[in-house]
Amino acid sequence: MTFELFLFYVFGAILLGAALAMITVRNPVHAALFLVLCFFTAAAIWLLAEAEFLAIVLVLVYVGAVMVLFLFVVMMLDINVEQLREGFTEYLPAGLVVAAAMATVLTLVITRFITMDPPERAGPEYANTLELGRILYTDYVYPFEIAAVILLVAIIAAIALTMRRRPGTKAIDPSVQMKVRRGDRIRLVSMESTPRERKKKKGD
Amino acid sequence: MITLSHFLVLAALLFSISVAGIFLNRKNVIVLLMCIELMLLSVNINFIAFAFFLQDLAGQVFVFFILTVAAAEAAIGLAILVLLFRNRGTINVQDLDAMKG
Repeated sequence: MTFELFLFYVFGAILLGAALAMITVRNPVHAALFLVLCFFTAAAIWLLAEAEFLAIVLVLVYVGAVMVLFLFVVMMLDINVEQLREGFTEYLPAGLVVAAAMATVLTLVITRFITMDPPERAGPEYANTLELGRILYTDYVYPFEIAAVILLVAIIAAIALTMRRRPGTKAIDPSVQMKVRRGDRIRLVSMESTPRERKKKKGD
Repeated sequence: MITLSHFLVLAALLFSISVAGIFLNRKNVIVLLMCIELMLLSVNINFIAFAFFLQDLAGQVFVFFILTVAAAEAAIGLAILVLLFRNRGTINVQDLDAMKG
């Protein structure tokens, strides 16, 4: 057993254990943290497959952004965990049977029919990020721009869905401010200029 | 030596675990979303493995786009979840029966 294979087994075991823990723990916060562990170990496995750039992206984007978003939402919502857990043991046999059947069939097919010789390891002069950038900005530039548009749409959708106007808030609406006219604020009253007794003011 | 089937079996087991997670946590929408993320991760492991063994970077580019779409999906899904909780006061899947099905 080479050292690479040893590393693969260690990280794979942690990955599967964290995944199992994620689907069985009671508390959603713990589930999110186990998912973070899954992403870290998956990034390590991607490093073994020479996908250095994507491994770092997985840690930065998923652990740094998506999972933090998950944790925010879990903590923001006041969830009754007990109510959500009922039926867990009821569905346990069905879930186990389906998962075991899928795992068996997939494993049989993969180990029986798919064999491929491992390629040579790339040398130290090979830069994964450079090569990926080279084809991403040439061959795949159109899908790349579409991905940017998808992210923009996601931003707009997330903001539009969750934005609301609370009653009683003291925030100022700039559009109302812009539409204000002089007539709304100032009332000119024509008065007769009859001489009357004036109080004596200073400097008058 | 790590072979291709090592990666593929790992991804298959991860996918099966996340399917089991969808069965077990079918009342909790947040954990359902997390299980979907786990499924996408297992698919990405397959792409990365094939990209390495075929020495073709197209697989890695595809993983890049899957990550983008998954991030967008998570953002919109969680926004819908927050909206749901604000309007209904629950995220229990069984209480979401306004459309009767």
